[in-house]
Amino acid sequence: MLAFILRRIFQSVIVMLTVALVSFALFRYVGDPVTSMVGQETSLEDRAALRDALGLNDPFFMQFARFLGNAVQGDFGISYRLQEPVMGLILSRLPATLELALISGALAFVFGVGFGVYTALRRRGIISNAIMTLSLIGVSLPTFLIGVLLIWIFAVELQILPSFGRGEVMELPGGWSTGLLTPSGRASLILPAITLGLYQMTLIMRLVRAEMLEVLRADYIRFARARGLSDRAVHFGHALKNTLVPVITITGLQLGSIIAFAIITETVFQWPGVGALFINSVRVVDVPVMAAYLMLIALVFVIINLIVDLLYYAVDPRLRVDRGAGAST
Amino acid sequence: MKNTLSFKRLMASATALALLAGAASADTLRWARVADALTLDPHSQNEGPTSTLLHHIYETLVARNTDGSLAPRLATEWSIHPDDPTVWVFKLREGVTFHDGSPFTAEDVVFSMERVKHPSSGFQALHSAAVSATAVDDHTVHIQMTGPSPLYVQNLTNFFIMDSGWAAANDVVVPQNFAAGEENFAVRNSNGTGAYQLVSREPEVRTVLAAYEGHWADTPDVTEIIYTPIAEAATRVAALLSGEVDLVQDVPVQDIARLEQTDGITITTGPENRNIFFAYDMASDKLISANVEDNPFAKPQVREAMALALDRDAIQQVVMRGQSQPSAAPLPPFVNGWREDLDAYSAPDYERAAALIAEAGYPDGFSVTLNCPNDRYLNDEAICQAVVGMLGRIGMEVNLVSQTRSLHFPLIENWETDFYLLGWGVPPFDSAYVFNFLVHTREEGFGSFNGSRYSNPELDTKIESLATMTDLVARDALIAEIWDQVMADRVFLNVHNQVLAYAMRDGVTVPVHPENQPNMANVTLN
Repeated sequence: MLAFILRRIFQSVIVMLTVALVSFALFRYVGDPVTSMVGQETSLEDRAALRDALGLNDPFFMQFARFLGNAVQGDFGISYRLQEPVMGLILSRLPATLELALISGALAFVFGVGFGVYTALRRRGIISNAIMTLSLIGVSLPTFLIGVLLIWIFAVELQILPSFGRGEVMELPGGWSTGLLTPSGRASLILPAITLGLYQMTLIMRLVRAEMLEVLRADYIRFARARGLSDRAVHFGHALKNTLVPVITITGLQLGSIIAFAIITETVFQWPGVGALFINSVRVVDVPVMAAYLMLIALVFVIINLIVDLLYYAVDPRLRVDRGAGAST
Repeated sequence: MKNTLSFKRLMASATALALLAGAASADTLRWARVADALTLDPHSQNEGPTSTLLHHIYETLVARNTDGSLAPRLATEWSIHPDDPTVWVFKLREGVTFHDGSPFTAEDVVFSMERVKHPSSGFQALHSAAVSATAVDDHTVHIQMTGPSPLYVQNLTNFFIMDSGWAAANDVVVPQNFAAGEENFAVRNSNGTGAYQLVSREPEVRTVLAAYEGHWADTPDVTEIIYTPIAEAATRVAALLSGEVDLVQDVPVQDIARLEQTDGITITTGPENRNIFFAYDMASDKLISANVEDNPFAKPQVREAMALALDRDAIQQVVMRGQSQPSAAPLPPFVNGWREDLDAYSAPDYERAAALIAEAGYPDGFSVTLNCPNDRYLNDEAICQAVVGMLGRIGMEVNLVSQTRSLHFPLIENWETDFYLLGWGVPPFDSAYVFNFLVHTREEGFGSFNGSRYSNPELDTKIESLATMTDLVARDALIAEIWDQVMADRVFLNVHNQVLAYAMRDGVTVPVHPENQPNMANVTLN
């Protein structure tokens, strides 16, 4: 187990380094940060001097080495645009993104599994068909359109939910801010969470449904019924439990995507998270923020993958047996 | 009995709450625009939204009226020194205090002048003609210039005055330096003389300002400002329609007509200080992207043909949905040197234009690449697409390359484009500014945005002499002369002047400001 974790951590470090290298190589094609940093009156000489001072004229590998050296010490520099330390900027935005991602991930999981089981068990019901049809909307409509649509219905027409922002937030000790403790914070969370989670929910729902249908045809389910077990025990104790391994993998990986792709939702709802910070930084080629953000997302994916691998151990006893057998030979 | 009591109390507190909310909303203005201020440091970033917000917290010596003229602010009078044309004299307002209570004196102006001229200041270039400021007495300041600078006062509308004592106490005597990798106290804290003081600020989320009771002017209608950036255009408009904000400063062009029809919403429009134009390499022997061996843009017939092919009215009606002022010269109407005939343009004549192209030696036309930004100006990419079609009708096969601003502008800076779109504002409200950056030969201190490689030594001498001419009548005559030459040479293919639109709920009145810097202290509520 320990060896397994160590190996995974070693692999993770390589993944992180690769991400850093690739993203750094890409920054060279995003444009010239100095264009957005100075006013139109600035002379060509002053522009060149600023570029020099920022080290933008140094060879690629020198810039990369300098970035890595500082990053290892937790120093990602100062944002070109907002003039604040990047680490502080990202940490102050992270709670907003994580809160949104976790809530919408939880919503997606609960409703996805619930609807999935329901549509698998009542395959021909009217409600099942309605859910299946509606889920097509979730997969086929782009996120920003869903967001704008929800804003239009619930904020502009019905005027019951806010169209933008995070509402009032409470500062908790440890630098964490949360919108969950205030009514306006909770109201502000609803539309973005639905927008962000809808795609994941339909994905999980369709996966659970397909897996359930598969498992329900298996022999051991028939035997379980033959043993006279209640429907409840058969459906949830046996069938659902056996469908969960792929579902957990997908949910875990999707959580990474939710955090990474919160960019669009955050932009539409002016949600003050790291995704919106990233987009605003790309617009003006704020290299320090872009680099730190991409490293952060890579780290999130790496950690989630690690957790998912460990969860397999918990859910599927066969993996433990295999490992044990492998080690003894 | 007990129930009634608690019900009464509930009603009472509900009424109180309603009153409180009513009182708060009566003079609170919720203001949304596309981007947040980048910093609160008043001398760091010369950038629109930053200066706009800072005008509420800090004040300048002179202010810009909505008609483009200057108004007294921290200075009550200003003039060129009667004995020395290289010295500007400013009489300062008395009885002004900073938000922390310390008095405003000439020392603060002297200090702010030093700070704004520091190499890490974004406004440095606007003050390159100023040597230093000296305090003659507590309320008189002399600014020594390198030479006669009759229009320098026009550069002071974004020169914010900082408290020298506060700056020293907080170690912010110089603006934030990007390269040094340090964070400056003034980025997030402020102490100005402005009509509003900072209550709270979360960058890119919300900035709350409250009226400063010790301000020298009358208490404004708006006593609290809640400023929220909303980047997404659709969300910004939705927030106004749903009543979550009172004022939207950056209204998307396509929504203006619809918002005008919406009950409870008022739109005000006015000319912006920004022209959109095309320019082309007029000087090189051969173009980078053309399929011909010479430079078509160097030939007057080709430039004339392009002017004849540009259908400005069609762009105004179709691309800009009526929200632009078509014109022939890159000069907003309120800028010194503007004349009605500079804006006149002829109707498109495609036959004549095609004939001119053939006459110039391209019977089969030619192809060239047009570089265009796609995230800088209103509908910039769509304007370029329209022009590609128009030029196609006269035999010019234009390949459009549109990309983000940070890739587009270096092309102009490095002379890597043959044909490009550019927008230009004139912050000092004088034609000399246009000439210095766009017309003068590119050399030290001049022509940094002269991507057309245009070079006319005779004109350069005239442009340089504008800076020190004190006889304003002769100066205006010289400006007119320079414009005549620039228009005759067709240095610019100007499309239009941009129009600003602010949308607000009924009852709020915000006039459009030519620098797009509305001040909420001047807003009326009813």
